[in-house]
Amino acid sequence: MLKKKELSINMGPQHPATHGVLRLVLELDGETVVKCTPHVGYLHRGTEKLGENRTYPMALPLTDRLDYVSSMSNNIGYCVAVERLLGIEAPARAKYIRTIMAELTRIANHIVWIATHALDIGAMTVFLYSMRDREWILDLYEMVCGARLTVTYPRIGGVRCDIDQEFMDSCYKFIEDFPKRIEEYETLIDQNRIWLQRTVGVGIISAADAINWGLTGPTLRGSGVAYDVRKAAPYDAYDQIDFEVPVGKNCDVYDRYRCRMDEFRQSISIIKQCLDKMPDGLVLASEAPPYDMPIGKPRVMPGHPMGEILPGELVEEKVPFDELYSATEVPKGELGFYFVNDGTARPYRMRIRAPSFVHASVLPKLCEGSLVADVIANIGTIDIVLGECDR
Amino acid sequence: MTPRAIAELIQSKFKPEVAEITEFGDQVSVLVNKTRILEIMSFLRNSSELYFDYLTDLCGVDYQGRKNERFEVVYHLRSILHNHCIRIKAAIPEKDCKIDSVVRIWAGANWHERECFDMYGISFTGHPDLRRILMPDDWEGHPLRKDYPLKSDLGEAEWKGFKEVLETVERNKKYEVR
Amino acid sequence: MIVDGTTALIEVEEGIRIIPGANTIVCALDKIVNWGRKSSIWPMTFGLACCAIEMMATGASHYDLDRFGVVFRGSPRQSDAIIIAGTLTKKMAPVVRMVYDQMPEPRYVIAMGSCACSGGIYNTYSTVQGVDTVLPVDVYIPGCPPRPEALLDGLIMLQELINKEHFKWSRWR
Repeated sequence: MLKKKELSINMGPQHPATHGVLRLVLELDGETVVKCTPHVGYLHRGTEKLGENRTYPMALPLTDRLDYVSSMSNNIGYCVAVERLLGIEAPARAKYIRTIMAELTRIANHIVWIATHALDIGAMTVFLYSMRDREWILDLYEMVCGARLTVTYPRIGGVRCDIDQEFMDSCYKFIEDFPKRIEEYETLIDQNRIWLQRTVGVGIISAADAINWGLTGPTLRGSGVAYDVRKAAPYDAYDQIDFEVPVGKNCDVYDRYRCRMDEFRQSISIIKQCLDKMPDGLVLASEAPPYDMPIGKPRVMPGHPMGEILPGELVEEKVPFDELYSATEVPKGELGFYFVNDGTARPYRMRIRAPSFVHASVLPKLCEGSLVADVIANIGTIDIVLGECDR
Repeated sequence: MTPRAIAELIQSKFKPEVAEITEFGDQVSVLVNKTRILEIMSFLRNSSELYFDYLTDLCGVDYQGRKNERFEVVYHLRSILHNHCIRIKAAIPEKDCKIDSVVRIWAGANWHERECFDMYGISFTGHPDLRRILMPDDWEGHPLRKDYPLKSDLGEAEWKGFKEVLETVERNKKYEVR
Repeated sequence: MIVDGTTALIEVEEGIRIIPGANTIVCALDKIVNWGRKSSIWPMTFGLACCAIEMMATGASHYDLDRFGVVFRGSPRQSDAIIIAGTLTKKMAPVVRMVYDQMPEPRYVIAMGSCACSGGIYNTYSTVQGVDTVLPVDVYIPGCPPRPEALLDGLIMLQELINKEHFKWSRWR
């Protein structure tokens, strides 16, 4: 009888199909994956510690580079959190603009998702078709703020500058023409026999398990759980817009793909409603903190005279802290910011709850027991970006 | 249920453990002792009127010098069924830097606890695989502590792996054709 | 030299002369070899962070890289160049060096983005302040992220660098 041993393979940090610097150590028995261990941290840049050393406005560009494919959404998440913490209310026009930008970013993100997911599974044409449309959206970003990828356009208290008629006209043209493009992508892969064989029945995780592991976004909604932060805890203009949240049934890769394709159409409808209902007014709140916000002293205990230290007592002892957790729905899931504020302009603790970190942890559960080729499909379906996972 | 009502329910059920209830905006935090944290978390997960099935986030905070206990582990819980949420904090002293792991209750806590261990040095008893996740496995020090330096130049305390790369660079310089 | 319409040597570029009647090009071997090498640079995919997305956008249909002869290869053994796009962390540094050491010569390194050039906005405990600490870099492309046109400009700069090289066609140097 032949002796068998499991083969241990390293899908190293440098790999064309791992969407960044993710390392997977797979133990294989033939073609079946027996054990899968993800190793992350190859892009850990110390964003949280840097945030503790910068003021609130100065830490905003750091959030662009978290999920670098959808940078507007991260900025919006950060701005919504800091506005709730500091008690600033963004004007109505800014809220509608931010909603439009968030939905454009959702479309742009899902374009990169379908491009890379299909490229890894083998459908290379989808990559070229969809990146062509992403250039359209990046042109819209450039029209508004001058940058393509890392925009820093939403600011604490609103947005940086107003949108003009040219942007609105281009946006209307975009939402008229884009649905035909979605149909193009669907024609390429939706009923394709190879696509169906590689995605139906692959990467199954039940609804109860998905909630237990902390999944969010389309990765969770593919398993039938209709949880969306835009509906559960609305922010910006989402409580005044009608939209549906697509939900899957079979908990596999194909259903998550269909959820994201339906989200394209829902985003188009949200953008149209926002453009139609756009109110007039300012785009930046008058009490928005300036870029060179002074740092200030930590709050002292109530009872001490403000700013005066009584002889024999320690400075900065036992100041009261304010804490806030604020979540927004970025294209990948739920992005949460937990701030601890001691009264100065620097966050005492800035914690970023990244959806990609949680989704990468569920890879062993999805991959174990399936074939090697399914590992690639699973990495694509959980839609991770290592900048967010490692921060 | 409103967050205030949830906090009062926890306080009524676990009176000696709850140290403090604070409010900010419309969010409520409950500060508890770490000894019976597993019981409290099981109650929150399994009770039918609370049913916190979704652990949103688990993180650590370092309050060096600013509070009595140096560290705090913060749990953000949410119930998808009832759509309410609460924040539970457990105070951890520096001398006895460990707490029970909640991996058996919420599987998603696995990587969050590993990150907390990596960044702060808080060990989680009962965790299946507690090792570093974001820093290299043999890194020394816990980066998010307040007394750890920020900048890139760590001098003598540099990671061994990086020093080896620099030695390889020096050694291979003579083979470069430039 | 016969001074005649069809057999005279006409200089078309510096150092390259043609005999139109005989359909011949006369030049140093360097020029031909350099022309071949610069027109088909095959880089290795080494996208680390945000700049990788701009590299992908440059490779896509809008700002086509294929018209420069650039084809992305997955293996270091088959590539001419490596484009380090994104922040290099200390955990990733041994991997980069190992991959670079596997590339056969002649090889070139392009540092794309501020983080690869000098650490960028991330001067923290876990980042390497510039890829030139671990690799010898030929072209630096600053920007956060650099536009696709900037990446194309850097590539053209690398092509001009290759054009000026001597004696890369034989083992006797």
